[in-house]
Amino acid sequence: MIPDALKEELRTRIARAVTSREAAVDVMKELQRHYGWLADEAVAEAAELLGLTPLQVEELATFYEMIYRRPVGRHVIHVCDSISCWAVGGESLMAHLAARLGIEPGGTTADGAFTLLPCCCLGNCGEAPTLMIGDTLHGRVSPERAEEVLNEARGTAATVPGGPGALRKEEKA
Amino acid sequence: MEQLLFRHNRPGRCVTFAEYRAEGGFAALEKTLSGMSPAEVQQVVIDSGLRGRGGAGFPTGKKWSFVPRDIPGPRYLICNCDEMEPGTYKDRVLLEANPYSLVEGITLAAYAIGVAHAFIFIRRGYEEGAENCRRAIAEAKAAGLLGENILGSGFSLEIDVHQSAGRYICGEETALMNALEGRRANPRSKPPFPAVKGLWGRPTVVNNVETLANIPSIVANGAAWFKGLARIPEAAGTKLFCVSGHVRHTACFELPLGMTLGEIIDGPCGGMLPGREFKSCIPGGASTPFFTKEHWHVPMDFDTVARAGSRLGTGGIIVFDQGTCMVAATLNLIAFYARESCGWCTPCREGLPFVQDILARIEAGAGREEHIGVLREHVQYLSYAFCPLAPGAMGPVEGLLRLFEDEIREHISLGRCPFGGRK
Repeated sequence: MIPDALKEELRTRIARAVTSREAAVDVMKELQRHYGWLADEAVAEAAELLGLTPLQVEELATFYEMIYRRPVGRHVIHVCDSISCWAVGGESLMAHLAARLGIEPGGTTADGAFTLLPCCCLGNCGEAPTLMIGDTLHGRVSPERAEEVLNEARGTAATVPGGPGALRKEEKA
Repeated sequence: MEQLLFRHNRPGRCVTFAEYRAEGGFAALEKTLSGMSPAEVQQVVIDSGLRGRGGAGFPTGKKWSFVPRDIPGPRYLICNCDEMEPGTYKDRVLLEANPYSLVEGITLAAYAIGVAHAFIFIRRGYEEGAENCRRAIAEAKAAGLLGENILGSGFSLEIDVHQSAGRYICGEETALMNALEGRRANPRSKPPFPAVKGLWGRPTVVNNVETLANIPSIVANGAAWFKGLARIPEAAGTKLFCVSGHVRHTACFELPLGMTLGEIIDGPCGGMLPGREFKSCIPGGASTPFFTKEHWHVPMDFDTVARAGSRLGTGGIIVFDQGTCMVAATLNLIAFYARESCGWCTPCREGLPFVQDILARIEAGAGREEHIGVLREHVQYLSYAFCPLAPGAMGPVEGLLRLFEDEIREHISLGRCPFGGRK
């Protein structure tokens, strides 16, 4: 169950939309922020708020790379595997992270701290190789830099876009 | 050399609203609303020769002119900032440095087309750019330059920022409209074209960020001035070239259209990395066929690059050195497209993984002579796909077959990658 305040916030967002389903991605993101991933419960709640069937929400949720329909760690690491990063060592970066965290791409560490995912171009090609943790882009990530990035992340609250403990926009300001 | 998109840039931070205003920002909007008709704005843009900067290079003013003006009810303008073509990051750089040219450009375009509601569709991961857009919209509104009855002209415009959740196909304009409506982002069939039946079935124009950010300078300085910014007579304006790969300075540069590939690499890019030699590049984002040393002197403009067998695309130049295996590079590109296929049509959904598999075999040393013919056939077959994703994906494969057939054969005859998998 989501708190009434969040429900109200989402209703306000939906009321601003031209048609309610236009707000679907925003609603899914906020629910993901609350649960840490888009849990089955969240799909049902999104459907109710948007006036869609759960299947219609599922159809959207499974389409987007950054909507997680399975539980993820507190920090999701997206490692770019597209051409510009590939050209300057993207594959070694992914291999290094996988070895360092002891998981395969797609996996989550046993302590629930990190999920490691390959992803498509992050639009940071001038500073390849690139990865994104939560909402933060990191460029020119050498193995040494990767180490620092992991340590920084470990010391902060969840960086799942919207995971539990993540800062809300108004808190950041 | 004169710049317009980066003219207001400050080192290391975003320009402020006050700075943009002080340097003549929103003067084009003031000039327009105090005396130009929508038709006049459209005509200046047509005369300027501005072509779409998102990849297809369609003349912008002409696109606007397709919108029927006699149909009652709303029409929409969408700014496409779903920049997910690998090797392309110009729109991010632009929005992190200056969102105001975009907001002013959207307002001018909306006035020309008769739009009261515009959207900026921005990809996941561009948080700073999205935040800049929201701030710029609020500041413009507070200054009476956006919102109800702009500058007392009677013209009103709302701009909403829609932030996506990551999927390459959302950049295809009809898929984008489905995404914006909260539907699964499969492309729609054309016709009807968006100019007639687009967002919520209404006439809609979709323009790229860089395209729209050009509009204020064009309106302020005129079509002839804009044309004169280019290096060659057939081109018009400047272009953001975002460079990555094996050059010294990988950055986004605003340069005159028509500069040659070699001038860009040896000039602002500072040449190749020490000890590396130029072998090949992708001239305009992941869907454009390769260029080689023989294309060094090709002027970088839409038609000149097309005549040389590739596309200017997004201006995302990805440079490869002599040690790069072109089969492996093409495999990486195809793997991207196979994963990003939305699955709507069979040629794309089934064809791309098949091509990926063939290339993987060749790269692994298990290729056979007949695979070359199979790849060649698939360049043709995938052109039958529903939308431009699959034909675009096959651009690099077509280039590989045309320019590097020897290298493919070497993989096959040696039974291994001659580069030892080195990148």
